[in-house]
Amino acid sequence: MELPLLHLALVGTPNSGKTSLFNALTGSRQKVANYPGVTVERKEGFFVTPQGRQVSVVDLPGTYSLRGRSPDEEITRDFVLGKATGENVPDLVLCVADSTNLRLTIRLLLELKRTGRPMILVLNMFDIASRRGISVDVVRLAKELGVPVVTSIAVRKGGTADLLALTDEISAKLAAEPQQENNWRALSVAELRTTQREADRIISDCVSLPARPDTLTSRIDAVVLHPVGGLIVLAAILFVMFQAVFAWAQPLMELLQSGFDALGDFVHATLPAGLLQSFLQNGVISGVGSVIVFLPQIIIIFLFILLLEDFGYMARAAFLMDRIMGGAGLHGRAFIPLLSSFACAIPGIMATRVIDNKRDRLTTILIAPLMTCSARIPVYTLIISAFIPAKDVWGFINLQGLVMFGLYATGIVSALAVSFLIKFFMLRDYAPAPFMLELPDYKVPRLKSIAIGILTRAKMFLQRAGTTIFSMMVLIWFLASFPQPPAGSTEPAIDFSLAAIIGKAIEPLLHPVGFNWQIAVALIPGMAAREVAVAALGTVYAIEGGKEAAEQIGQVLATKWSLATALSMLAWYIFAPQCASTLAVIRRETGSWGWMAATFAYMLVLAYAASLLTYNLAVALGAG
Amino acid sequence: MTDTHDTRREMPLGLAQRGYTGVIQHLSAKDAGSALSDIELESRLIELGFVEGARVEVLHEGLVGRDPIAVRVDNITIAVRRREAMAVIVA
Repeated sequence: MELPLLHLALVGTPNSGKTSLFNALTGSRQKVANYPGVTVERKEGFFVTPQGRQVSVVDLPGTYSLRGRSPDEEITRDFVLGKATGENVPDLVLCVADSTNLRLTIRLLLELKRTGRPMILVLNMFDIASRRGISVDVVRLAKELGVPVVTSIAVRKGGTADLLALTDEISAKLAAEPQQENNWRALSVAELRTTQREADRIISDCVSLPARPDTLTSRIDAVVLHPVGGLIVLAAILFVMFQAVFAWAQPLMELLQSGFDALGDFVHATLPAGLLQSFLQNGVISGVGSVIVFLPQIIIIFLFILLLEDFGYMARAAFLMDRIMGGAGLHGRAFIPLLSSFACAIPGIMATRVIDNKRDRLTTILIAPLMTCSARIPVYTLIISAFIPAKDVWGFINLQGLVMFGLYATGIVSALAVSFLIKFFMLRDYAPAPFMLELPDYKVPRLKSIAIGILTRAKMFLQRAGTTIFSMMVLIWFLASFPQPPAGSTEPAIDFSLAAIIGKAIEPLLHPVGFNWQIAVALIPGMAAREVAVAALGTVYAIEGGKEAAEQIGQVLATKWSLATALSMLAWYIFAPQCASTLAVIRRETGSWGWMAATFAYMLVLAYAASLLTYNLAVALGAG
Repeated sequence: MTDTHDTRREMPLGLAQRGYTGVIQHLSAKDAGSALSDIELESRLIELGFVEGARVEVLHEGLVGRDPIAVRVDNITIAVRRREAMAVIVA
């Protein structure tokens, strides 16, 4: 008889290594989605135990208690209690603890026990604890807690063998055992205190701590958390990150580009001239290809974000930035969502759920789209490489990288300014929300875990390229190709198309900022996903100019646009509310069409104003 | 654990300088002036390990107004603003 799927849930405090254990158990067999009705990320993975049992495991958001003071923590509580809509009650709860730091987890575990769910305490990162001279009497701990205890080293091969064996052993007995009653209710302050005391007693009985704390962490923190030195380190990290995005990705991107060019040539040579050839070469290959080319840059930016997170630096960055961002009316915790917004505003806006004050959260959501997301990289890269010479300034700084850094910096400064204005005009009776955050000990990031994280992100990007972007490209190609020019006409075919009609209708509005009708056409599908604008320009100019244009869109732009138009386009993209999915997430997260409309409107106004200023300034300086 | 410290004067952790070490005497959320309710603030402090008898050391201070502070609480490090740290009475 086939055994039923076993449902596991991973619960633990933030920084307990839950996610690396999850990655170790499931490898790449993961499914990332949202819980119904909320935007908390739901990560489920699958594996098979040594005895051949199929297991589904859900990585629940980290929490210090079951009180549920944020949407994330509510999910964890409801899931464990079996109250989450559409979810199975977990058969077995794995309470994950950082072995070097048991206090808070043991207290959480004592609270979890009241729910009556079968449970295992997993002492994760046991190798680090041993190396630091922490010894745990596992047998006694299990006896005191009344819960099976197992050690694990998530990041080492075979490090979860004991856990897997115990899972088999317990799950075999599960059916026979009577269901325990759920006695959980929210703890009062007095009960919390008693539970923490009880936890501390158990720890002092079962765990012997070394006299010296983790000296490496304190030595690194002496520099990294230094009031001045720390900020210099933070600025240096961000600067290296943006230089890397530009410089390291280049060879790979060129490789991908020549691959797509070759594919386009192949199609061009193989198929007879006509609509199908044009559709495949100009619509599909040149369109989707021009977006996929940016995969290396997106991987690099996620590599940095995941590395810094795993290393334990993100919480430090929040510490350093708390008061500085506080000056602009932002909470220290907003730093992480805003930093994630450099990858994409959608996870960034979703990450604002860690901010439990509503106003702080709203401000962060409103300005998150001003952080330069990776979808803008294609647009920036294209225009920069076409118009900004690739020379070094002061001998060592790449000018193109410098312009890129400037665009990012403008986004950040504007975000802070907008936040300041929101605080000043709209939320004047604002009381600063508390900032309380654990600064975890530093850990060497584990390559496997990072690789799985990047893989998941890359997959999501490619899926987008395959669905949203692909369908937009088909639409653009259609608009740019139909209606066909009348027989015997000498003008470029695109002049007769729907795209030209639409573009020329909008052009008068965009004329003051230096945009031509081709740009106007590209801005519309850019609403679906920003990076499509590049592909759309590619398609429009390709159909207009024939095969040569499709290959080197950058060179085409360099001949067709003035420098002023290019700079104006860059300025536009710093602010442009150019992504329907971001707006949809804002609508969902704020629960209001009004805030979504407000975001759209203020960004549009800023974009127009910035472009107008940039264009006229550039023309006045002779770049028109 | 408090007996070695009972000659020292009690003070809120929120006023402590970098390098200060002491032991938590009690929590007094109503004195903190935090945006949180007293019960909520006290619960959160306990959840992060700020309980009576815990050893604290102020490890780092922020640049602006020496705020927030990074506090070693027994064997973990917690970042907290001085305003909330006012609720933790140490000696």
